Amino acid sequence: MATPPQLHNGKGTQDMADSVANSTAREDDSLFVRIDRLSKHFDEVAAVDNVSLDIKKGEIFALLGSSGCGKSTLLRMLAGFEMPSSGNIYLDGDDIAKMPPYERPINMMFQSYALFPHLTVWENVAFGLKRDGMPKDQIAERVETTLGIVKLKPYAKRKPHQLSGGQQQRVALARCLAKRPKLLLLDEPLGALDRKLREETQFELVNIIKSVGVTCAMVTHDQEEAMIMADRIAVMQEGRFLQVGPPSEIYETPSCVFVAGFIGDVNLFKGKVIVDEPDHVLIETPECRHFVTHGITGMIDMQVNIALRPEKICLQSHEPTLEQRESPKEQGYNVARGTIDGIAYFGKFTLFHVRLESGMVIKASRENSARHEETQLVRGQQIYVWWDGSDVVVLAN
Amino acid sequence: MSIASSIGNYGIVQFLKRNWGRRSVIGIPYGFLILFFSVPFLVVLKISVSSTDALGIHFQDLTSYANGIFELKIKLSNYIFLTTDPLYIETYLSSIKFAVINTLICLIIGYPFAYFMARSPATMRPALLMMVSLPFWTSYLLRVYAWKGLLDDNGVINNVLIWLHIIHDPIKMMYTGFSMTIGMVYTYIPFMILPVYATLVKMDLRLLEAAKDLGATPWKAFWLVTVPLSKNGIVAGSMLVFIPSVGEYVIPELLGGPSTLMIGRVLWDEFFSNNDWAMASAVAVSMVVLILIPLAIFNKFQSDSGGARGL
Amino acid sequence: MNSRLGKIWLTAGYLFLYVPILTLIIFSFNESKMVTLWGGFSFKWYGVIIHDSEVVNGFFLSMKIALMTATASVVLGMFAAFAMVRYKSFFGRTTFFAHINAPLVVPEVITGLSLLLFFVMCERLIGMPERGIFTIWIGHTTFGLSYAAVVIQSRLLEMDKSLEEAAMDLGCKPFQVFYLVTLPMIAQSLMAAWLLTFTISLDDVVTTAFLSGPGSSTLPLVILSRARLGLDPTVNAIATITVAVVSVGVVAGSLWMSRQERRRAAEQAEAYREGMQAISA
Repeated sequence: MATPPQLHNGKGTQDMADSVANSTAREDDSLFVRIDRLSKHFDEVAAVDNVSLDIKKGEIFALLGSSGCGKSTLLRMLAGFEMPSSGNIYLDGDDIAKMPPYERPINMMFQSYALFPHLTVWENVAFGLKRDGMPKDQIAERVETTLGIVKLKPYAKRKPHQLSGGQQQRVALARCLAKRPKLLLLDEPLGALDRKLREETQFELVNIIKSVGVTCAMVTHDQEEAMIMADRIAVMQEGRFLQVGPPSEIYETPSCVFVAGFIGDVNLFKGKVIVDEPDHVLIETPECRHFVTHGITGMIDMQVNIALRPEKICLQSHEPTLEQRESPKEQGYNVARGTIDGIAYFGKFTLFHVRLESGMVIKASRENSARHEETQLVRGQQIYVWWDGSDVVVLAN
Repeated sequence: MSIASSIGNYGIVQFLKRNWGRRSVIGIPYGFLILFFSVPFLVVLKISVSSTDALGIHFQDLTSYANGIFELKIKLSNYIFLTTDPLYIETYLSSIKFAVINTLICLIIGYPFAYFMARSPATMRPALLMMVSLPFWTSYLLRVYAWKGLLDDNGVINNVLIWLHIIHDPIKMMYTGFSMTIGMVYTYIPFMILPVYATLVKMDLRLLEAAKDLGATPWKAFWLVTVPLSKNGIVAGSMLVFIPSVGEYVIPELLGGPSTLMIGRVLWDEFFSNNDWAMASAVAVSMVVLILIPLAIFNKFQSDSGGARGL
Repeated sequence: MNSRLGKIWLTAGYLFLYVPILTLIIFSFNESKMVTLWGGFSFKWYGVIIHDSEVVNGFFLSMKIALMTATASVVLGMFAAFAMVRYKSFFGRTTFFAHINAPLVVPEVITGLSLLLFFVMCERLIGMPERGIFTIWIGHTTFGLSYAAVVIQSRLLEMDKSLEEAAMDLGCKPFQVFYLVTLPMIAQSLMAAWLLTFTISLDDVVTTAFLSGPGSSTLPLVILSRARLGLDPTVNAIATITVAVVSVGVVAGSLWMSRQERRRAAEQAEAYREGMQAISA
């Protein structure tokens, strides 16, 4: 903020305070939410194990993992329902780890929505504002605007059970947003919705959150949901972060075998390094020899996994020609022969199961973009599978 | 108040506040029951083994301490009397006999009743259920009394039978084991029907279709699928009928004859008619033991079968 | 199974349950003092009980005790239910559960006797309490509390815990959470527990007999003493009034509840349909 506050003549002190807050926040956006070596033990078992994380202002951050990985415990510690065993949580510079939930400027949208069944939509949204002792006319105004944001104005007088699942979810969101929280928490935001509703709601939810500009941390076990909604994802397992990064980074360059398998389909070749150069590596696996066009931190003879996504694999009835290759050096590498074991048609793409000569079955997908495939592949057909050396990721055991 | 427990402590002041709320939530009902349920029972236990003073009014202390000698006096004569006197032994056996008969009859009548209720159209079930529980809300004393009017020598049943010329002289039904049993079944049958109904109505009917598909006759399917699946309801219902039947007082008093011995009635008479407090106390203590045995079996059964809540 | 057998069995069962009550009612309108011999229709016995001071006093005493018992039982039972559901570990928790369940299984002759001996002991030691309303009230509340706790407990168990967390998240302090969210959520079970303990107290005779003192004869005690002596038309009249009041109450209550449920279900279905239309549009 370059403009000095004095120039805002006639504006309320609230605005001034806001602008000051904005200016301090901008200095260090990355530190808006800071989780510092946080742990939570339940009877000697670590649900969250020494985790550190920064969330930027205005970011949607997803904690992704299967049930029992500690993601919910972490979220509940942010909300204040669980006390950390050790570590600190800073929100906008304040240490909130010891603050009770009713004093935290954080609001949570529950998986079950937790709408108060005895109150109308309007009263549900106003509930938190009344607790803050806001004057009545301001409450009315705030509830109106918030209901407008989630397009529920006509439903203000209804009780929660008179709403559809999608509408209930928007009431739950409105109830949180009405309080203008510094941090919004979403616990499995789409978990209670029908499959059909989900896709639509995902984008709507992101649009609302982004338009309001609130910082958001969400928990989900659904990798697709995390990929669609979040700016960054943390993949959790056994109370620790395995990888933190934007969705594309997590998908394209997973940091370990678990992450690779958890997000999307993956084929894993197990083998050992035979040549290790700064610009490429050669790896020998029972299926074929691999030419990987990036260096790794490792050494000769190290046991490694090679992760390869199904959609990166090409299928054809003859060996790849030199022209098809990314670089001539790869000729003779990254190719294997096999038999088509199974074909599953998914509409947008077709998934092939190919049994390689080593006995390993790999998955390869082919987009059905052309109306008529030039070559029809059939079950039992002999086939070559090949891929580019830049498309694989080498992972340690 | 309640939720604070799951949150942990936010500081000393909140910690104390939270504990204060928590302590009173637990402590008030706990204290009430200890003071007015457990302590009185200990009083009974004490009186049952105390000797009285010369006048037979004041009970002496069990323990005394004089001249460096600690003395503990326990009088077991009441219990010895209870276990040797044939009348008491017969009363115990008779109480158990009537309670068992009552439970069996309730099961034999109540199980099919609950079964047909559960298999009747879903729209009718709430009404049927309400009609079973309605008598439950009306005075139990009055419902027992109603049978007096029916079973009496000059009662409705005898009058009707005589009027129809089926009999000439009234049948003696009142003040017998028969009248008492009918009163007990009448009073306790809803306690059998309701839990059995609850398990039967939840049952997945496709299991029966599967059994029939696999070749079972309807009768076999009933015995091999329906009955085993309603085991929890049967056990819960049986306990709910058996336990209060053992200690029943009102029904034997109003409908039973002088020869129908029930332990609850004996206790009452020892206390109110004979004024023998020590003996009444001893009967009470032995009655608790008598009830604890089936209860222990029930609890074991429950924990074995994964613990559906019955009581 | 055979549906005809089913109809017969159910009909016979309901006859068994209701014929005694019906005869009780019919003979309350009997002119004759001989309860089971029909002597013509009459309201005579209703007139008699209205002017029978023993009955009238007993009735008011019973109502008073039932009111006190139900209120105390619901308050204490609510505390007990909270302790059982919400506090997963505290010193003596198992014993606490035993204390809640015991009054439900121990025969009333034992509860009554032990409380009486206890009160007698207290009277000798500290000169109080005198037997009467107070002692009966305590006696009824020991098992009323247990019944209420069981009813409220089952409601608390099925209640979504995240509602309370949401309230706290939105700024409620613990006590506000309780009266703004928990209390409205369990209100129906509190009402049910209150009615249940009220009727149990109103109906109780054994514990009352042990704990009543001179001049504190409740209505059931009056009925018991008359029923012991044989058939008494005034008892029939009392029974008829009781049955009428209770039936009207219970039937109206269940009709109201099933209507609420149906309306709620219809509204839910309507909301779901609207939602589905919104997607396809």
